[in-house]
Amino acid sequence: MKLTFSIGGIHPKENKLSRDAHIETFPIPDVAYISMAQHLGSPAEPVVQKGDKVKAGQVIGKPTGFISGFVHSSVSGTVTAVESKGDLAGNPVMHVVIAVEGDEWCEEIDRSKDIVREIPFSSEEILEKIKNAGVVGLGGAAFPTHVKLNPPKDKKAEWLIINGTECEPYITSDDRIMRERPDEIVIGSVIMMKALKVEKCYIGIEDNKPEAITSMTKAASQYPQIKVVPLKKKYPQGGEKQLIEALTGYRVPSLALPIEVGAVVHNVGTALAVYEAVQKNKPLIDSIITVTGTCVPHHRNFIVRVGTPFSKMLDAIGGLPKDAAKLVCGGPMMGKAVANLEASTLKAVSSLLLLTEAETKRKEESNCIRCAKCTEACPMGLEPYLLNKLSRIGGLYDELEQEKVHDCIECGCCLYSCPAHIPLLDIIRVSKAEVLTIMRNRSLKK
Amino acid sequence: MSTTIIYTIVSLVSLGLLFSVVLYFVAQKFKVEEDPRVDIVESLLPGANCGGCGMAGCRAFADALVKAPAIGSLFCPVGGDAVMEKVAAALGKEAVKTEPKVAVIKCHGTLDNRPKTNHFDGYASCKGMAALYSGDTGCRYGCLGKGDCVNVCLFDAIHIDERRGIVEVDEEKCVACGACVKACPKSIIELRPKGPKNRRVYVSCSSRDKGAIARKVCSVSCIGCGKCVKACPFDAITLENNLAYIDPAKCKLCRKCVDECPTKAIWAVNFPIKVPVAPKQEEGQSPIVNNES
Repeated sequence: MKLTFSIGGIHPKENKLSRDAHIETFPIPDVAYISMAQHLGSPAEPVVQKGDKVKAGQVIGKPTGFISGFVHSSVSGTVTAVESKGDLAGNPVMHVVIAVEGDEWCEEIDRSKDIVREIPFSSEEILEKIKNAGVVGLGGAAFPTHVKLNPPKDKKAEWLIINGTECEPYITSDDRIMRERPDEIVIGSVIMMKALKVEKCYIGIEDNKPEAITSMTKAASQYPQIKVVPLKKKYPQGGEKQLIEALTGYRVPSLALPIEVGAVVHNVGTALAVYEAVQKNKPLIDSIITVTGTCVPHHRNFIVRVGTPFSKMLDAIGGLPKDAAKLVCGGPMMGKAVANLEASTLKAVSSLLLLTEAETKRKEESNCIRCAKCTEACPMGLEPYLLNKLSRIGGLYDELEQEKVHDCIECGCCLYSCPAHIPLLDIIRVSKAEVLTIMRNRSLKK
Repeated sequence: MSTTIIYTIVSLVSLGLLFSVVLYFVAQKFKVEEDPRVDIVESLLPGANCGGCGMAGCRAFADALVKAPAIGSLFCPVGGDAVMEKVAAALGKEAVKTEPKVAVIKCHGTLDNRPKTNHFDGYASCKGMAALYSGDTGCRYGCLGKGDCVNVCLFDAIHIDERRGIVEVDEEKCVACGACVKACPKSIIELRPKGPKNRRVYVSCSSRDKGAIARKVCSVSCIGCGKCVKACPFDAITLENNLAYIDPAKCKLCRKCVDECPTKAIWAVNFPIKVPVAPKQEEGQSPIVNNES
């Protein structure tokens, strides 16, 4: 029997339409808008000025705190502005605008396709290299990788878990890199194991990607410490806590980090970025993006330079399809709607999904019939219908905290399974944010 | 049979008597001394328990009033000066005159002024919407129009005008408790002094975008041009982050800024309609007709 997590989960339609499309190189844009907030934590501070000449791979933003990261130029050209601009949600973020001239790279970057297997670096050197390359978690949250690879001294990591589940419908970027660049991912994993000083590594891949499982197993065959584990397909298996449970059997306690049970989880995309950063000196300046949707005539996987405007990507697929009603950055379950087409791609963007009116239109809400489908679907063991009730009364933050609203991973299983079309996730998300604020203030007072 | 009933009655009555005696002495022993004036003050307060004073409710406020050495900044916005005077008289403290306030919405991004750029399909909550993205219009500072303020108002004083897509305050009903100010995730509601004859002048915009951007997304936005600052003879207007602010303490309601504002973002409410004095003046200024309908 194949492994999976024990509580909840749903089976949305896969729609992996772009799974057979090879990764194509997306043309370099004329103007790149590079955001300074491409990672979780405090945004980077621009270190270039208007008029500066930059090369691809050059540092243009430096970190401003512990949880922060470097930002590099993805193109070569002249900086035309350092200004505040709307991100994909329309909120102002500092951007460095670069007018592209040619494609000149920094000298130290090895752009050859040769696979370098020897890792002559120590754990500290690896962390330093990853930090300087601005690598962030490419599973979606964009947490700086060097922070995650450097757990607190009193905690001992036991497993490195590489997340190749790609449980969201539509997205195929991880699937493609596992099929096309498995050796690099495996070497990236070995590098991360060395940085973490762990002996065991699991690569979890859902069984709807048989080709990826085959290619990854082959690539990992010469590293006995790495084990590729096929998993039963179920959403949200790519959730950190769900994946740890599926692979190790341990459940991460409420409000704790995975390191509590000795696990560190990284995405396959991150493993690839780590390989490039350590072995090829190449900073993270491009991302693999799936452009798909039922209304899109040709489903594509692109390797795109960071800072390419979304509008440019739409042009590449022949303009916005007529019946497209919503653009989502990420998967249909947890992705964010793109409110601003002038926004540009970030390191951790994995997909641009176009949905039609029929697919996105919310159905009219009716009364809760207490069928408990949401409770059955919740992978965190919460009771969404109850959280909904408590949230709507207003002010019942103690009760919400008792019901562990802060454990919600916002996967959307409750909303997906509700036959009454109650916007459970929308409501829970608001009260979760408020409860977390209250809890944070309380711990600050102590 | 009857003896059972008699025994029951006798035993229960005697138990009841015993407990009442015990409870009497316990109550005497653990009596909480409370100032009787708290009750008196509480009876004078409106009893809305809205929290506008900053306390948990009217009783907590009454307690604070009794304990405080002077009334000072303690103020019940619902009752206003009339109630505070009565309270001061009851407590033998000096009443503090406070200017009555009213909530004003610093945004006039109606559907006509500020067209929608996308359609929000999620749960109608300003807080939830603000957490997801900048909003369904080009302006990321303005009213989201989902009515978080309407939901928290205990006095039915704030409403959404569905047709125009904007929130409006009923100034007759508003007691300036400040619940809406706290509820608004965009911080566009301000408590301002009602002003003489309810007349007041304020900037009805919260956009801190640069002029060109602000004007593109909303035709009545403050573009931070600074004309009002120059026009004001009383130094009441300050310009910060591309947004003008009129200090109500300094404003003398001359309305020079209203005439000067190129986008009509400055509002003068409850003034009589200004009629152009004579056609001789060739200044080309249109008569200011501001209506808070």
